[in-house]
Amino acid sequence: MRTTLALVGYHEAVWIQIVKAIVIFAVGLQLVPLVLMMERKILGRFQQRYGPNRVGPFGALTPIADIIKLLTKESFRPRTSIGWLFRLAPILSIMAAVASLALVPFGDVQKIFGTPVGLYGVDLSIGPLYVFAFGAIAFYGVMLGGWSSGSKYSFLGAMRAAAQLISYEVAQGMALVGVVITAQTLSLTEIVTAQRGMWYVIPQFMGFLIFMVASFAETNRPPFDLVEADAELVGGYMTEYGGGGFALYFFAEYLNVIVVSGIATTVFLGGWLMPFGIHPPGWVDPFIVIGKMMVFVTFFIWVRATLPRLRYDQLMSFGWKVLLPLSTLNVLVTAIIVVAT
Amino acid sequence: MPDHAWNPGPDVVVVQRAPKAGAAGGLYRAFGETLRGLKTTFGQLREGVTTVQYPEEKIPVYPRFRGRHRLHTFENGLEKCVGCSLCAAACPADCIRVVAAENTPENRVSAGERYAAVYEINLSRCIFCGYCEVACPFDAITMGNDFELSDYNRSDLIFTKEMLLAEPLERTPLRAEGE
Repeated sequence: MRTTLALVGYHEAVWIQIVKAIVIFAVGLQLVPLVLMMERKILGRFQQRYGPNRVGPFGALTPIADIIKLLTKESFRPRTSIGWLFRLAPILSIMAAVASLALVPFGDVQKIFGTPVGLYGVDLSIGPLYVFAFGAIAFYGVMLGGWSSGSKYSFLGAMRAAAQLISYEVAQGMALVGVVITAQTLSLTEIVTAQRGMWYVIPQFMGFLIFMVASFAETNRPPFDLVEADAELVGGYMTEYGGGGFALYFFAEYLNVIVVSGIATTVFLGGWLMPFGIHPPGWVDPFIVIGKMMVFVTFFIWVRATLPRLRYDQLMSFGWKVLLPLSTLNVLVTAIIVVAT
Repeated sequence: MPDHAWNPGPDVVVVQRAPKAGAAGGLYRAFGETLRGLKTTFGQLREGVTTVQYPEEKIPVYPRFRGRHRLHTFENGLEKCVGCSLCAAACPADCIRVVAAENTPENRVSAGERYAAVYEINLSRCIFCGYCEVACPFDAITMGNDFELSDYNRSDLIFTKEMLLAEPLERTPLRAEGE
C-alpha cells in the first residue's frame, strides 16, 4: 500500500492502543521521580555526601514532597508576561516529551492473554523523524516560556536555548542517519531487530559518541546547561516560573533525559536484545530496556558530576566546527561501506 | 641557562600548558581528559561519605572549646562566685550582669563575704571570648561544651544564675584524651 502517511508497523484494535498509551504514560511518569531521586543520590555520592535522606526511608519520598510543595504553591505570573503564552509554554514542553516517549520500544510483539500486543506506544515507519519533530516542538516550549516571561534572564536563556538546541539537533540527527543507513529502516523496532548480530554501538561507535554528546546538549544537561546556567542566568528560561509551571518544566526535563536514554538504548544498545545469545522470555523485555536506560541515566549523572559548564562560544564552535563535520564524515563513511559491501 | 639563575633542583613544578591549537588533536586530547575526569569523579565515589548527620551524630568538642558558660559550686553546696563583678568588667560584649549581696549567717550562699544575688548572661550578645573565665579569681565561671544555643525568643537567651548552675540538659560529647 503506497500512501503519503506514515505506516504503523502493527495494526491493533483501538482499545489495545488506548490501554497501551495509558500504561506507557503511567510507567514513564513513574520513571521520572525515580530518575530524579537517582540523580540526587548518585550526585551526592559523587560529592561524598548522602543526598536527601530525611523524608521517608533513605529519602525515598522526597520527590513526593517536592511535588506536593510545587503544586500547593501560588500560581504567580509577572506583570510583564504574556498571559496565555506563559501558561501554554510548559504544557507544550511536557506534551512533546510525553509524545516522544511513545516511540521508545520496550519490547517485541508479545501475546498477552492470546492477543498480540506490541510493547511500544506506536511503531512508525518514520521513527527518528517523529522523535526529532517532537524535539523541535519541545523547543517552542522552552523558547515561548523564556520569551513570554517578560524577563531579561528568561529571554537570554531562551535565545541561548534556540541557538544551542538547533545547532546540536543537526549533529544528533546526522548521528542517527548512520544507524538508519546501516539498518536500512526508519522503524525503531526494526532497528532493534537489525541489531541481532551486533549492537550498533560497536560498528557505529563514532555515531554513538556524537549522539551522546548532542543528547547532553539537547536535554540541557551539564556540561551543556547554558540554557539554565544558574550561576549567570538565575534559572534561564524558567526563571519566572514557580509552582505548577516550574513542576511541568522540571518534569519535562527529566522525561527528556529518559526519552533520550530510551532512544539511545533502542538505536545503539540493541533495545530489548541481550548479548551473548541469551534469549529471555518476552515479559523480561521491558525490564531489560529500562535497565539499559538507567545505565544511560547514570552516565548522564556521572558526567554532570564531572564536567564544568562550557563557555558559550566554545559550545557553538564545538557544535558547528567539530560535531557536525564529524557526524557528516560518519554518515559518508557508513554510506560508502554499506554501498561497497 | 645562565649560572646565576636559581636552580630549583628536582622539585620542579611542571606547568601544564593550555591545549594546543588544532582541531583533531585537540578533540582527541579533550576526549582523553574527559575520560580522566570521569575516572577522578568515580574515585570520589569509592571514597565514601564524609557527611556527619548532625542532629543525630555530633562531633565531640575539645576540652578547651568555649561553649555556654557554667557556674560552679563547692562540694558542700556553696557557690564559688563571690559577686565581685570582675567577669562583667572583663566582658567586651557587656553581656554579664552581676548584683552582689552580703552573706549572712542565716543565709549563706557563697564561700566568701558576698554572693551574686543576680547573675545573668545575655547569650545573644556573648561572643564566647572566654575573658570572663580568665578574669574570675575563684574559677567560679568556666566555658562549658554546649554550642546548641538557638531559641525562639531573645529573652529566653538571657541565662540566669540557676540555669548556669544547673547541669546542661543536653550534653555535648567531649573529645577523649588523644582522640
